[in-house]
Amino acid sequence: MRCDDVARLLPATVEGTPVDLAVQTHIESCLRCQAELARYRRMLRALQQLRTRFLEPSPSLLAQTLAVLGEESERQAVRSMLSGRRLAYAGAIGGAALATAGTAVALILARSRRRAAVA
Amino acid sequence: MATDPTAELRAEVDRLVDAARRGDRAAFDELVRRTYVDTYTLAMRLTANEEDARDVVQESYLRAWKGIRRFRGDAQFSTWMYRITANAAATLVQKRRRRRVESLETVDEPIEASLDAQPEAATVSAVGMETLARAVEALPPKLRAIVVLKDVYGLPHEAIAEELGISVAAAKVRLHRGRKRLRDALYEEDGRSARAV
Repeated sequence: MRCDDVARLLPATVEGTPVDLAVQTHIESCLRCQAELARYRRMLRALQQLRTRFLEPSPSLLAQTLAVLGEESERQAVRSMLSGRRLAYAGAIGGAALATAGTAVALILARSRRRAAVA
Repeated sequence: MATDPTAELRAEVDRLVDAARRGDRAAFDELVRRTYVDTYTLAMRLTANEEDARDVVQESYLRAWKGIRRFRGDAQFSTWMYRITANAAATLVQKRRRRRVESLETVDEPIEASLDAQPEAATVSAVGMETLARAVEALPPKLRAIVVLKDVYGLPHEAIAEELGISVAAAKVRLHRGRKRLRDALYEEDGRSARAV
């Protein structure tokens, strides 16, 4: 087992993931690989600390985000209202269409009766 | 009797989440106020771009508001937001990549040059947080996303893979590549001497 072979495995083993015996034996006897593993562990600890280093957004971000959410809420309200009224609209349109058709049929019948009477 | 402020804060967030799930916009706005700096920080770490991070933050809260009823509360709200933010950032990065035809292989590693100018970064003990943050920022986007989500925010591989639309195996491979690049960028001098042995 050579250091280069072990070095390739270190990024995967830094969290304590089990490694095979040959790798483990090499690391225990190789100062260079021990130092390299220590480097990875320090890097990992530093990365974990990065989580609590907050970055400051520009002051307008909060207001803009809330405004975007407000617009979305309005859209949702309109969609909800429209979907609630859709049935009523459909009923009204259907009723109007039926009434129109009924009127047309009545007119046609009346006209045909007049023609029959004239004849 | 002493009270645990962390537990109190968590209980307050839980209360706001419950109210938001019932459609209370004011409660959701309060959640935004309490968490947007955290969300922005993650968005910045993922995108490494101020304008993109702002877009990601707004998109993330929009998605959260639309999906808050599906949030079951078996994870913390912050963890749920991290996942949404990761997904929103991945979507944005994909859009940008389509425009710029930017591939993982063609991305350079500018941090190495910048670290060369900072010899103090060559020793482990002197790795400053700013240097580390810049090194993370200089990673190619695909590797950066995994390193940030796993090593900085501690999300499990499964969650990361799901939000980024990749397999768990691919997530692990990218993590190891990302760690290796980061290590090379931070400890370049040591790396050279090690290779010379």
